[in-house]
Amino acid sequence: MLNQFTSYLGSNLTPGTANNQLWALIYVLIIFAGVSVAVMAMNWLERKALAHFQIRLGPMRVGPHGLLQPFADALKLMLKEDIIPAEADQFVFWVAPLIGLLASFTVYTVIPFGPSQAVSDMNIGILFMLGVSSLGVLGIVVAGWASNSHYPLIGALRSSAQMVSYEVAMGLAVVSAILMTSFNETGTGTLSMIGIVQSQQQQGIWFIFKFFPLGLIAFAIFAIAMVAETNRAPFDMAEAESELTAGYHTEYSGLRWSLFMLAEYAAMIAVSAIAVTLWLGGWMRPFPNLLHAPAWDFLFSLFPGLTFLGLAAIALIGTARMPSHSFFRIQRIGLAVFAALLGIIALLLLVIAVAGRSADASLAARFNEGIGYVYWFVLKVAVFMYLFIWYRATWPRYRFDQLMKIGWKVMLPISLGVLMVTAIVGVLVK
Amino acid sequence: MVPITTFHYLVVAAALFVLGVIGVLTRRNVVIVLMSIELILNAVNLNLVAFSRMWGNLNGQVFSIFVTVDAAAEAAVGLGILIAFFRNRETINVDEIDLLKW
Amino acid sequence: MNPVLNSGMAPVATPWFFYVLGGLAVASGVAVITRRNAVHAALALIVTLLSVAGLYLMLYAPFVAGVQIIVYAGGIMVLFLFVIMLVNIERSSKERRFNRMWPVGLAAACALMALFVSAIVKGKTVLTDPRTGQALWPDIIAKLPESSNTQQIAGMLYGEAGRMGQYTFAFEIASLLLLVAILGAVIMTKKKI
Repeated sequence: MLNQFTSYLGSNLTPGTANNQLWALIYVLIIFAGVSVAVMAMNWLERKALAHFQIRLGPMRVGPHGLLQPFADALKLMLKEDIIPAEADQFVFWVAPLIGLLASFTVYTVIPFGPSQAVSDMNIGILFMLGVSSLGVLGIVVAGWASNSHYPLIGALRSSAQMVSYEVAMGLAVVSAILMTSFNETGTGTLSMIGIVQSQQQQGIWFIFKFFPLGLIAFAIFAIAMVAETNRAPFDMAEAESELTAGYHTEYSGLRWSLFMLAEYAAMIAVSAIAVTLWLGGWMRPFPNLLHAPAWDFLFSLFPGLTFLGLAAIALIGTARMPSHSFFRIQRIGLAVFAALLGIIALLLLVIAVAGRSADASLAARFNEGIGYVYWFVLKVAVFMYLFIWYRATWPRYRFDQLMKIGWKVMLPISLGVLMVTAIVGVLVK
Repeated sequence: MVPITTFHYLVVAAALFVLGVIGVLTRRNVVIVLMSIELILNAVNLNLVAFSRMWGNLNGQVFSIFVTVDAAAEAAVGLGILIAFFRNRETINVDEIDLLKW
Repeated sequence: MNPVLNSGMAPVATPWFFYVLGGLAVASGVAVITRRNAVHAALALIVTLLSVAGLYLMLYAPFVAGVQIIVYAGGIMVLFLFVIMLVNIERSSKERRFNRMWPVGLAAACALMALFVSAIVKGKTVLTDPRTGQALWPDIIAKLPESSNTQQIAGMLYGEAGRMGQYTFAFEIASLLLLVAILGAVIMTKKKI
């Protein structure tokens, strides 16, 4: 076991390729913990951002500026009474949220956070992602049927019809991105996620800008389809609170409902990560080929520390603006502690960036590189997460027939057209 | 432990095939009969891929892709026929779908 | 580790994986044909399909495994679940499970199983391949590289007729078949043609 632990430390392969089960397990646990933290942060950010869009404040009481609200929500959901409808099918009712959760979390085994920071670099990575995310539909269908009541059944059938329709357009957009990986010397593309980012690096351009505007249209199709795929606004007819009393998870209460919510947010993060990997250059920092000097490398490696320093500064400003009444003393202290924590992380990152600025194989340099990859990847995914919240705050939802019309009559022909034109242009340019 | 050879995969495929045949021949519910047909097709696919591994070329795998495509088409058409019949006769029982019997 | 598969390439999994996946596939197959509730049978079929996909991964066929998950587990089973919900009659879950002819069916299936067992066992022990002189299912398994599986299958499916593509024509016929199936399913389920 110790041998497995130490033999991986010097290699630059993923644990799956290096056949190292212990490190694969460690990566899986890190991803699981990271996604759970990200889901809680996303929950907080959604409530605060929606509130600020609607010119109100959102949760302010539970922690300083509502920072402990997700913990309070999780505790409440765990302690709630577990109600199962009388005529519901017990086994299927229990298993339905697990199917959705499994499908959402299994996608993370192929998502690359760096050139060797993935659980396993399967050579059919994209195919695996498409297949496993289509298993999520099964969880929703079964959940709606098992509740034995007509609102969940209609919501589940609508939601699964929507997801299946937009999967087709999503798959075709993905195929046109894969097609772009084959425009190299050998003429052979790759389906592996790490290979896709490396081919973007090799061709020197993010695929969103390749053969402008073809890459952009393919990216737009995927961006719209992924919002429909995760049942988020403006495509959230299935769980529309005003129309269907919460759709397929109406009859679920407490911990089971939180499993559905966890699966939905995890799926959102997963498809955003896929979009970042396929079109936005994955873990690469901006301009890796154009601005290649060590000075530029050092400048871009300061970004993680500076980001956390900025967040710490915002928290400090929040502390300073807190009312100086004795009722707010605990909140003020809490926010100051949070700011100090962010500041310590920022200092640590800046120290690593300065110590590892030479490109040798020392420990600090490798840490610096790894942190850089993960940081740029997470930053791009965070932009997508904010876009999801922005869509929900701004746009009204589509009616169901409008939704299906867009999926089949607009997105599918456009994605087919982009695929054909990309292939023709690729052959002509060669 | 005995190393896993082609023989083991053939045994699993034969077991799935026989289970599918039992399902087709003995169940009353038409949907379950169709699902047993899918079991049979999966057993055939497993056989093809196991032999492709044995011979070292990819013909078996390509053939199994075509079998999968066929199974999808047949499931769609079969379920369409079932829905059309259900709309007329209100039953999905193979014992009661006997209009052509003399 | 498996010494037979170890020549030249790391094996995909230990024999333990095969027994778990194979046992799960057969057990779920039994559940498909014996459950009274059609939704339970559909869920068991999903487990069977996913374990067969795992077996494909062990057989160095990652592309076929991916196609299996996308088409079968993600597409066909959703279709089955929709239809089960549409035709779900309450009385069907309270009736007998097996039809009137079940002894005959079971006897025929047992005869088929006997045929299979004799064929497989004879192939391992008695019969010999006329070309190599070994048993028909030899113990030594040929190597298939995993890293270019998709590219080679793509070459066989889409390549030029002389060079690589042995199945290009069959691929076009398969797409025509899918078109016919789509048209057939749509027309079959319309209320007024």
